[in-house]
Amino acid sequence: MPGKAAGKATPMINVILDIVSWILILSGTFFVVTGAIGLVRLPDVYTRMHGAGLVDTLGAALFLAGLMVQGGFTLISVKLGLIIVLLFFTSPTSSYALANALRSQGVRAQAAGEDLPEEKAEEGSTSTPS
Amino acid sequence: MMFIAGTAGLAAAIILGLVRALLGPTLYDRVLVVNSIGTMTVLMIAVLGFLMGRPEFMDIALLYALINFIGTIAVLKFFRYGDMARPGGRHIAREGGGEGDADD
Repeated sequence: MPGKAAGKATPMINVILDIVSWILILSGTFFVVTGAIGLVRLPDVYTRMHGAGLVDTLGAALFLAGLMVQGGFTLISVKLGLIIVLLFFTSPTSSYALANALRSQGVRAQAAGEDLPEEKAEEGSTSTPS
Repeated sequence: MMFIAGTAGLAAAIILGLVRALLGPTLYDRVLVVNSIGTMTVLMIAVLGFLMGRPEFMDIALLYALINFIGTIAVLKFFRYGDMARPGGRHIAREGGGEGDADD
C-alpha cells in the first residue's frame, strides 16, 4: 500500500514520509497512553475529564494525522480527515454535557479546594444567566 | 511496524481505561471512561484497517465516532430525566405544555 507511488517518485520522499509518520503516530500514542494513565491516577471526576480530553483532542488528532501521511492522496485520507473533524466537534460537546450533568447533580470538585459545603448547595439550584 | 506500535499503545490505554471503569466510584466516571474508550476504539479500528490492508475500516471508524457521541449524550440524558422522550432543558420542560408530561 505505501509502494503505490514508488514507481515514479524517488525513494527519498518515501523515507521522509515514513519518518514523519513514525513521529506523528508515536507522539499520538504517547498522548493517548498519558491520558489513560491520568484517567486511572487522577483523584477527581473533573480532573479525570482533563485526562480524557487529552486523549480526545491531541492524541486522536496526531494519531490520525500520522495515518493520513501514510495513506497519501486517496479517499482514505479524506475519511480520516472527516474523523478528525467529527472528533474535533463532538468531543468538547460531550465533555460539556458531562460537566453540566456533574454541576447540576451537585458533585463537588475536591481537587480545586472547593470544600465549602453550603456554597455548592445553592450553586446547584441557580441556572446560568444566559 | 509503526502500526503495530500504535496498536500496542492503544491496547495498553484501553486496559488502563477498563481499570478505571471497574474502580470508578460514580456513574459519571464510567460515562467518561466509555467516551474515552470509544475514542480509542475509533483510533484502533483505523490503525487495524491499515495493518490488515483493508481500507473499508475507515467507514466503520467514522460510524463508530458518530455512535460514540450519540451514545454518551443518550446515557447522560437518560440518567438525568429517566426518560428518553422528554424534551431536554429545564425551561422548555417547564413552559412547554406537551402531551406526555403529566408529572410536572
